[in-house]
Amino acid sequence: MKKIAGKLVFALLVLFIVIPVAFPLIWILMSSFKTQVDITASPPRWLFEPTLQNYEKVFREQDFLKFFINSTIVGVSATLVSLALGLPAAWSIARFKQTKLNLLILVARIMPGIALLLPWFLIFSRLGLIDSYTALVMAHVILGLPLVVWIMSSFFEQVPLEIEESARVDGATRQRTFLSIILPISSPGVVTATTLSFLFSWNNFMFSQVLSMERTRTLPIAVYNFVSYAEIDWGAVMAAAVVIIAPAIVLTMFFQKYVIRGLTMGAVKG
Amino acid sequence: MLDGKFLDRHAKVLFPLPAVLFTLALMVFPVLYTLWVSFTNWNLASGLPPRFVWFKSYATVFAEPRFWGAFVRTLYFTGIAVAAETVLGVVWALVLNREFVGKRTIKAMMLLPLVATPVAIGIAWTLFYEPTIGIANWALKLFGLQGSRWIADPDFVLPALAIIDVWQWTPLIALITLAGLAGLSQEPYESARVDGANGWQIFWHITLPMVAPAVLTAVLLRSIDALKTFDIIYSTTQGGPGFASETLNIYSYNLSFNYFRLGQAAASLVFLFALVLSFSALVARLRRRLGL
Repeated sequence: MKKIAGKLVFALLVLFIVIPVAFPLIWILMSSFKTQVDITASPPRWLFEPTLQNYEKVFREQDFLKFFINSTIVGVSATLVSLALGLPAAWSIARFKQTKLNLLILVARIMPGIALLLPWFLIFSRLGLIDSYTALVMAHVILGLPLVVWIMSSFFEQVPLEIEESARVDGATRQRTFLSIILPISSPGVVTATTLSFLFSWNNFMFSQVLSMERTRTLPIAVYNFVSYAEIDWGAVMAAAVVIIAPAIVLTMFFQKYVIRGLTMGAVKG
Repeated sequence: MLDGKFLDRHAKVLFPLPAVLFTLALMVFPVLYTLWVSFTNWNLASGLPPRFVWFKSYATVFAEPRFWGAFVRTLYFTGIAVAAETVLGVVWALVLNREFVGKRTIKAMMLLPLVATPVAIGIAWTLFYEPTIGIANWALKLFGLQGSRWIADPDFVLPALAIIDVWQWTPLIALITLAGLAGLSQEPYESARVDGANGWQIFWHITLPMVAPAVLTAVLLRSIDALKTFDIIYSTTQGGPGFASETLNIYSYNLSFNYFRLGQAAASLVFLFALVLSFSALVARLRRRLGL
C-alpha cells in the first residue's frame, strides 16, 4: 500500500514538471490551428474546429519559404565554417594545452553580442556588406566557433595519445592522423558541436535584426515583424512561431543524446 | 613550401591559426573599435565626424538616470530569474534522479524549451499574457485570483519576463544538476545510511556539497546569459512600458540603433562587458576559494 502511494506521489511530482514545461508549446501549436474568433475568445477555447488558414497566410501572403531558406543557408554555412575553423583549433588546444588560446575563444561566449554588433554594423556598412550572406554568416560563426572549440577540445582530450603516436611512427603526418583517425573517433563530439552551432544560428535574432534587410532576412526577424502590425493576427503569428520552432525541435529530438551531452558538458568538466 | 611536411612540422601554430585570425578580425578588433568609439562623441544623427573626447561619453551616460535604471533592472531581472531557476532546477533534478519508466522521454521533453527560438517564445507569451484573451489570467481566475496586466504593468513587467526566462532555462539547470548527480559516488550514501542519517540530513550533508560544483557551473552559465538577455525582452516589450523593462542590453541597443548616439552607446557597452566579465571572474575566484 505504502509503495503504491509512494509511486503515486512520484507520478504527481513528475506531472508538476512535465505540464509547465510542455504546456506553453502545446498551446502555441493549438493556437496556430485556431481562427481569429477562436483565438480571441474569452475564456480561452480548448475545443475548436482546426483550420489551416494561418499556415496558408504565413506561406502565401508572407514569403516564409524564402526566410526559411535564408535561415537554412546562414545556419548551414555558419556551422560549416565554425567546424572548419574550430576543429583543428580545438585539437591543437587539447593536444598542446594552449589554455590562453582557449580563453580567447571562450571570451567570445561571454561577450555581450551588442558589443560586437555596433562595430560590425559600422564596418559592414562601410564595406557595403549589410544585407549580405557573408556578413550574416561571419556574425553567426562568432556564435558557433566558441561552441565547437569548447565541446571538441574536451572530446579530443579523451583521445589516448598512444593512438596518435602509433600513427606517427607509421609515418603519417599530423594532419593525416587528425583527419583519418582522431576526427572519426571523436564523431559523437562532432555531431554535438554541429547540432548546437546550427541551433544557435537558427535561433539568433539580434545579429540578423541589424545585419539583414529584405534580401537575407531570416526567420526570427520575419516572425518578429509579424507583430509590429497594428492589429495582431494571432493565429498567423502562432503559425509562424510553429514554423520556426518545429525544425529546431525535430533536429533536437533526432540528436537528443548529443544535445543533452553538449548542453550539460560544463557540469562534468567543471 | 606549404606542402604536407610544413603543416606537419608547424601544426601547433597552423592548426589554430585560422580560428585565431577569425577571432582577431571579428571579435578582438571590433572590441577595440568599440573601446575607441566610447572615447568619442560620435553621433550618427548629427552628421558630424567623431571627435576624441576622452571620458565625456562615459560621463554623459553615467549622469543619465535612465542608464542607472537599466543597470538596476538588469541585476533585478538576472537575480530573480536565476534564483528561481536554480531552486526549481535542483528540485526537479532531485525528483528525477532515479530510474523510472519514461525517464528518457522526460529528459528529451526538457530540451524543448531550451532549443525553442526565443523570439517566437517571447511573442507567444505576449498572447499568454494578454489580459482578456490570454491563458495566464484564465489560470489565475481558475484559482480564484485576480487577473494581472502582466507585461503591460510597469510594476510587474520584470517578474513577468523573468517567468518566461524561468520557463525556458530551468530545464538547463535541472539537466546539468542531473548529470552532476549521476556522477556521484555511492560510498558516502551507504556509510551515512549505516550511521542512521535521515533523508534530509543525507541531502544537506552529502548530496548538496557533492553536486554543488555542477550547480555552480550552471548558475554561472545562466547568469552570464541572463545579464545579456535581449530576445525575450525585445520581442515582448522592447523595454516598455515606458522604460520599465529596459535592461542595459536593451538600453545600449536603443542608443546604438535607434538614437545613433554611438559614443554613448559604446560607453554603456564597455560597462556591460566589464560587468559580465567581472562577474565571471568573481565566480571563478569564489569557486577556487571554496575549493569546488
